[in-house]
Amino acid sequence: MTVAAAPARGWRERVAAAAWRAALGVLSGALLLLVLLPIAGLLFTSSPGRLLRGLGDPLVGPAIRLTLATTIASLLLIVLCGTPLAWVLARQRGRRWRVLETVIDLPVVLPPAVAGVALLLAFGRRGLLGPELELFGIGLPFSRAAVVLAQSFVAAPFYVQAAIAAFRRLDPDLILVARTLRASWPRVFFTVAIPLSWPALAGGAALSWARALGEFGATLMFAGNLAGRTQTLPLAIYTALESDLQTAQSLSIILVAVAFALLIAIRAGSRR
Amino acid sequence: MSTLDVDVHGVIGALTIDVRFTVSGGAPVVIVGPNGSGKTSLLMMILGALAPRRGRILLDDALLFDGARAVDVPVERRRIGFVPQRYALFPHLDVRGNVLYGVGGVRGEERERRARDVLSDLDAGALAARRPTELSGGEMQRVALARALASQPHALLMDEPLAALDVSIRRDVRRFLADRVRSLRMPTVIVTHDVADAEALGGEIVVIEGGAVAQTGRLADLAAGPQTEFVRQFVAGRAP
Repeated sequence: MTVAAAPARGWRERVAAAAWRAALGVLSGALLLLVLLPIAGLLFTSSPGRLLRGLGDPLVGPAIRLTLATTIASLLLIVLCGTPLAWVLARQRGRRWRVLETVIDLPVVLPPAVAGVALLLAFGRRGLLGPELELFGIGLPFSRAAVVLAQSFVAAPFYVQAAIAAFRRLDPDLILVARTLRASWPRVFFTVAIPLSWPALAGGAALSWARALGEFGATLMFAGNLAGRTQTLPLAIYTALESDLQTAQSLSIILVAVAFALLIAIRAGSRR
Repeated sequence: MSTLDVDVHGVIGALTIDVRFTVSGGAPVVIVGPNGSGKTSLLMMILGALAPRRGRILLDDALLFDGARAVDVPVERRRIGFVPQRYALFPHLDVRGNVLYGVGGVRGEERERRARDVLSDLDAGALAARRPTELSGGEMQRVALARALASQPHALLMDEPLAALDVSIRRDVRRFLADRVRSLRMPTVIVTHDVADAEALGGEIVVIEGGAVAQTGRLADLAAGPQTEFVRQFVAGRAP
């Protein structure tokens, strides 16, 4: 059998190679621009002086304080309840538990407006728990508690998923050995599972916090946009946009900076 | 003389486990068998991590499991020390912390002293401040054994204690381990696939195939009258 010698690289192949490189460059460059241009617009269409003046708007102070208070409350709620939930889910096998795990993920892909309607139909005056809440004189919608609920609803899956994955990665022998050393389940949880999982838990918490910081749609529908009461940073940006673009821009840059810092922290944490 | 009585029946996946044997202090029982024959499942049942369907596990006069009387003592109250195949040292604790983990019932200086004593008994006193990642295979094994013994168990299980070690050091570690295990005077069960381990550790060999006991006896008995193809291969040093 004769083997044909490879023909010399003809002009057709050179053109094809150049076309391939050009296609890669144009298509990936287009998406890069789409992401980078808006960020550049935020950062470079103003001056430091005007940005600072933008922060002088009376909307700003209360919105920042409220955002910090509510997102920290949401994060505490998510970590306090999400860690035990993840521990339980990570240790269960079986289809029903898988279904539950998927349901918990739902808020990640749910449109924010749907989340708002869902929260109203659960905790609103005419919602599922409406009569019970009214009995105790609790009105959740359009309150700070509503802001925390909306943030927790959309942000919890990020933490819970990270925690489930971390607990599943634990070597089962470590847990079994700890138990043979007479450790109770709480002791195994606090002295083996948590210390070995904490970098992943911290990463999940950071991701969750970033999501809570940016929460807009569900908060607007369930908690409203009341300055000083339920108006978080994203809502303040939306409000400012109607009167003073400068304030909207200044607040947006703050959120970009925080988001970027969180992203770097998460990446650094996951490399450890 | 302290004894561990095991009589378990259970179904794990496609395998039916049906094993009965007795170990007493001073003479370890060595469990051998092909891969997938149920050795690890058996260890898990003795430890309490898997529930048998029927049977009885008795350690001295403590009933650990009794299917008929619905007794199933949880892992943390069985007082059985365990050294898993890859040792499972706690990676976030140093050697001292690993050994202290299971030291209970005493406080402060007394607690530290017990951990120190167990470590030095196993020639591992100098390792106290090291992290598990800084230990050789043989050192890890000694620390894992020290950790199990420091909790003052009434019986000891070891799953393939030599399999994770380099062949070059296996002979020395085997001699060391055999020596220590015999001096413990507590019921000890060791899973292995290596006839040299069985020879060094002495005692009774329980051959498990397909979840059931295929043959028992000392190595010489097995060599004189192997009853299955696996036993023939095993005593010839050719077990898979």
